[in-house]
Amino acid sequence: MLKILKYSFYDLMRSRWSYVYFAFYLALGFVLLFLNNDVSKAVITLMNIIIVLTPMIGTIFGVMYYYNSKEFTELLLAQPINRNKIFMGQYLGISLSLTLSLVLGLGIPFIAYGLFKSSAIFDFSLLLVIGSFLNFIFVALSYNIALSTENKIKGFGYAILMWLFFAVIYDGIFLISLVMFDQYPLDKFSLIATMSNPIDLSRILILLKLDISALLGYTGAVFRKFFGTNLGMFLSISILVMWVVLPVIRMNFKLRKKDF
Amino acid sequence: MIDFKNLHKRFGKLTVLDGLDLAIKKGGISAILGPNGSGKTTLIKCLLGMVIPNEGEITFKDESVLKKWDYRNDLNYLPQIANFPPNLTVFELIQMVKNLRPKESNEKELIDLFGLNDSLQKKLGNLSGGTKQKVNIVLAFMFDSELLILDEPTNGLDPIALIYLKELIQKEKEKGKTILITTHIMSFVDEVADDIVFLLDGKIYFKGSIDELKKHTNIDNLEHAIANLISKQYA
Repeated sequence: MLKILKYSFYDLMRSRWSYVYFAFYLALGFVLLFLNNDVSKAVITLMNIIIVLTPMIGTIFGVMYYYNSKEFTELLLAQPINRNKIFMGQYLGISLSLTLSLVLGLGIPFIAYGLFKSSAIFDFSLLLVIGSFLNFIFVALSYNIALSTENKIKGFGYAILMWLFFAVIYDGIFLISLVMFDQYPLDKFSLIATMSNPIDLSRILILLKLDISALLGYTGAVFRKFFGTNLGMFLSISILVMWVVLPVIRMNFKLRKKDF
Repeated sequence: MIDFKNLHKRFGKLTVLDGLDLAIKKGGISAILGPNGSGKTTLIKCLLGMVIPNEGEITFKDESVLKKWDYRNDLNYLPQIANFPPNLTVFELIQMVKNLRPKESNEKELIDLFGLNDSLQKKLGNLSGGTKQKVNIVLAFMFDSELLILDEPTNGLDPIALIYLKELIQKEKEKGKTILITTHIMSFVDEVADDIVFLLDGKIYFKGSIDELKKHTNIDNLEHAIANLISKQYA
């Protein structure tokens, strides 16, 4: 598996898109720091971008890599390797190279700006950790979609829809249901609903670590009470881990019966 | 050496292999022929473990291959379409495949034979179709395995490379290897194959030597004899 990982990683690190992605984050980091002139504020702006963008890039890269490397995967399948290992290697290769682009692309400008002397270092690290989680989650989800869909165009469509659902539609439904059921106590509902969407969960996690959660009002207090505790933090991280593990398990399951 | 027993494979409503039985002995070259969509590639992919049959048993060297992968160390496969990661160089790809198989390889000889030395440092994405096929051939022939499976090996090759390929196949045959070939080029079959396996409607319609086929159909030209077999499907 490590061998496959290594080559998938090399292949991706040398592709133009990895550079574009890296350069984008690099530019973003510098511009934000230049405009905000303050590390903490830049972290907030960055959060809004990372939360939407990393899932999208992960999704697109995942499906694109799967369909593009189809014939090569077939070559590997004819080698004496377990097929699960081939796909796990590819999956980790994509996720790691995307994570590397993210961490380096944002890390360099922030370090250059004096991150280590700033108090925002913890927030910033959390942001990177969550961005990495989102990479792993969405690459896994998109790989699942690609594995289940023979047709390239359909697979792409489903993957984009999946991203759109988590990034936009989910929140819409969430908000509408909050308005519809405002007669009822909704604390638990909103907690659970937030936790079952990796994008929302990531957003809340970061928001609560930053000192702007007071803006969230009463709901914010409920969230703060929950996520602020060790149990809440532990639970949220476990849910993010679950979001990686479950799609990976399904992938392995799907592979057992898949024809190439 | 290879045994297919009562093999069934359906893709949705489409039945591709329908209770196929086939035994292939050790040594010699067998050509798997049949009209488009007769299940040639599916049959090969079942043997490789890429397609999972709905029913039936496949044994290779008296051991079942289903749900296993280590038996693939004893076989080489040349896929139909050569498409490699565009950002790796030819050299890296060869190193990688070598890395994946704990086995002796003689890629140098093959690289010289097909004149790939100048392309070694080029990225695979920049190679022409024919050159990619040559790389594909190098990958398939560089290991010393008992079984060679070649799916449309002549795709996109120039005449000289084609001659080299035929010589290569003959050499492997002399070493006592078992070789399975699928192709639509009958002159190629006529030249290299010992045995013909003709697939029709997911079953073996004919199995035997080229001479037997000619006798069977009463036609002295292989191309027409095969056309005669195929035309039965249209009838």
